[in-house]
Amino acid sequence: MTERVVITGMGIVCPLGHDVETFWQAILAGQSGVARTTIFDASTFPTTFDAEVKDYDFAGFTGDPSLHEHGNRGSHFVLGAAAQACRQAGIDIETDEPADGIDRSRLGIYLGAGEGSVDNDVFFAAIVAGWDAQKNEMDWGRWAEVAFGRMSAMRELEQEPNMPASHVALLTGARGPTRSCLTACAASTQAVGEAMMMIRRGDADVMIAGGAHSMIHPLGLTGFNRLTALSTRNESPQTASRPFTASRDGFVLGEGAGALVLESLSSAKKRGMEILAEVIGYGSSTDAFRITDMHEEGRGAVQAMTAALADAGLSYQDVDYVNTHGTSTAENDSIETKAIKAVFRDKAKNTPASSVKSMLGHLIGAAGAAELITCILAIRDGMVPPTINLNDPDPALDLDYVPNKPRKMPVNVAMNESFGFGGQNDVVIVRRFS
Amino acid sequence: MSAPGVVITGLGAVTPLGLTVAETWAGLCEGKVGIDTITAFDPVGFTCKIAGQVPEYRIQNYVPKTHRKAIKLMSRDIELSVIAASEALVDAGLVTKGIDPEKVNIDPERVAVNLGAGLISCDLVELAPAVAASVTDGTFDIRKWGTEGLDLVTPLWLLKYLPNMLACHIGIIHDIQGPSNTITCAEAAGHLAIAEAAQTIARGGSDIALAGGAEAKVNPIVMIRQCLLKRATDQNNDEPAAACRPFDVDAKGSVFGEAAGVVILENSEHADSRGARIYAELVGVGQSNNINPVYEHLEPDGKGVWIAIEKAMAEAQIEPDDLDLIVPHGTGIPADDLAEAKAIRAVLGDAAARIPVWPTKSMLSNTGAAGGAVDIIAAVCAMMDGRIPAAKNCDRQAEGCNLNIITEPRKASIRYILSCSYSYGGQTAAVVLKTRNGND
Repeated sequence: MTERVVITGMGIVCPLGHDVETFWQAILAGQSGVARTTIFDASTFPTTFDAEVKDYDFAGFTGDPSLHEHGNRGSHFVLGAAAQACRQAGIDIETDEPADGIDRSRLGIYLGAGEGSVDNDVFFAAIVAGWDAQKNEMDWGRWAEVAFGRMSAMRELEQEPNMPASHVALLTGARGPTRSCLTACAASTQAVGEAMMMIRRGDADVMIAGGAHSMIHPLGLTGFNRLTALSTRNESPQTASRPFTASRDGFVLGEGAGALVLESLSSAKKRGMEILAEVIGYGSSTDAFRITDMHEEGRGAVQAMTAALADAGLSYQDVDYVNTHGTSTAENDSIETKAIKAVFRDKAKNTPASSVKSMLGHLIGAAGAAELITCILAIRDGMVPPTINLNDPDPALDLDYVPNKPRKMPVNVAMNESFGFGGQNDVVIVRRFS
Repeated sequence: MSAPGVVITGLGAVTPLGLTVAETWAGLCEGKVGIDTITAFDPVGFTCKIAGQVPEYRIQNYVPKTHRKAIKLMSRDIELSVIAASEALVDAGLVTKGIDPEKVNIDPERVAVNLGAGLISCDLVELAPAVAASVTDGTFDIRKWGTEGLDLVTPLWLLKYLPNMLACHIGIIHDIQGPSNTITCAEAAGHLAIAEAAQTIARGGSDIALAGGAEAKVNPIVMIRQCLLKRATDQNNDEPAAACRPFDVDAKGSVFGEAAGVVILENSEHADSRGARIYAELVGVGQSNNINPVYEHLEPDGKGVWIAIEKAMAEAQIEPDDLDLIVPHGTGIPADDLAEAKAIRAVLGDAAARIPVWPTKSMLSNTGAAGGAVDIIAAVCAMMDGRIPAAKNCDRQAEGCNLNIITEPRKASIRYILSCSYSYGGQTAAVVLKTRNGND
């Protein structure tokens, strides 16, 4: 008998708050976490705003901040999210003698985590020093002189995408299966799905799963601006993330981390934990279409949703709420709508499908985890989060996107969708526990 | 792993010793070292000036016409993975849309891709003109970057450097639509990707998977990171072939390089039903964490590696005496090699003195996310060929290691192989392979 997998803890650090309840109240109030960029001077970039985590100090979540102080923003965010999730799930952290009843070799980690920013000042200074514009080539000796002189070993190490998982391992003492994946914007949904599979297989009793990412740095913003993927509504940042509207012009870059404690039902019962929800389905696919575009009909998205439903043993008719990828780009919102229609058929227009990216921005690698937490809260409170800024609906997009106001309605089953650059599609389904 | 088993039916490798598995294996058997002075850039001023570089290739020769326009979106990591993936598919007798659209013999939705990838560093030379256009009074000016430099960056620049693009290019070239993941666990990524792909097959998520890893570490930013962390050797720049010395008393650090390794994993019933040649069975996977506040090193007793090996052997249902070969991570970093040796001995006990240990990085270099996949391919070659090549540069074993490192090539009948790895940062992995030759 395959283990049932349940959620026993959640934690979040994101532009709308540094704990789950603050985040959730902001979502239900339809608040926007978007504002002018403050992390660096982006005033001359095509996009001058983003959704930042503000006034956050990871040190409040650890007894020994010095072990983590060199971490990148994503690592710092996930330390807070994981510490919250562990607290709720009764997992002892930062101790050699945990008394929580969890065998550390059966406590694992699976994060969809992104790279840390380059060390900007010295990164650019070394290029300036080394570049010979006359010869149009790099003088590596001059580059190396600056780079070796000013780069810090730890700052370089912390750019590796596996480092957020390393920090969580040190925090929790987890010795179970640990992986980190980076399938662009789908990464943390994939991480939760694969973590569930590890517990089902019996490789772990408890998994700390989720994501952490910040691409709010000069090269990240440059990359997305050059792809023309970002909104440039500089005159009105808070209305810039406007999924499913006729006037949508791109996504809003966000940052943060979300962590969930996944646990086998038998372990959760044995430990007497409150069960927040059950994870019942996971589907993954690739578009195999183009590097730059989604498949026109959302072929891969349909496959991932279909696979997740099959894995859950459900029909589309059983799904009460879809948390869309809903990025606010012209392409995503239109193709995602098509894909939902293909899967949900007669029920498509009657299934609420909202985008919290309208408030939160796009947390990239961490997006799926934050959005899955939203799904679980929707089940818990019987409240479906809204899509804000939806005042001029795109006439071609005609699903129930829950415009502007949250909706009180019972939610038993919620589907979370995440799609990444290159055609990565991941879907996870959660259900009220009974 | 419970029935049906997961078997390896195809191999593809691009390494400093050659552009194919055959060339790589021949080089390993001849004791060739693929490490030399860096030519990808001028390493003047670098403490480590040597690396394992892949022989020259023309990527156009490996990409079907339908995908040629996308070559400009390929970083070197992507190119290497594309070459290895094609070899592995052909080797397994699989015909994809990218190989021959008229004779496709796969179901695209039933094939997965799962690759380990590294932190792909951008090409500084490509970025430099934009940076140079953003200078005020001799220093980089972020405001000027916004108005001048940014527009000089090629529009699709970012897409070359997303780690999942290895899998995405391969998926597009070959029309592979099943589950796809990219594991970013540094030097443990290759093993972990193969492990996850095997688990995807075992749970029925796909019939076939391309799994492995690729990374091109011969890039100034990547190399300086290893130099600053003092993981790269700063000795032996004049003697590249002797520079990487796993478990040796004179080891001073690792030597980094570039490679790709892709294996075709297949549900054993699926492989049998199409009459595929089966190289080996993947029978055990183990994973854990190194927990060490000194993030860049293994903990001194190697406990994270120890747990991973123990779990892999438990899943394979074998005892230490069943093992006929160990391919360790063996980087040439003295503290890490000692910790790994301790971990191996802790699990294997007395048997550790007898079981041959064959580290490959002295010849192949430390190729990051590719390393585990290339090691598994080398292990399969040893199993199929019935011989273990000699480990290079392990002339006098460092004190405390006490492993049976093979310094002379030998014939061997190999039933089970253990291969393990770990990342700096802490993730650990072990894989057990079982022969399909005769009885065990």
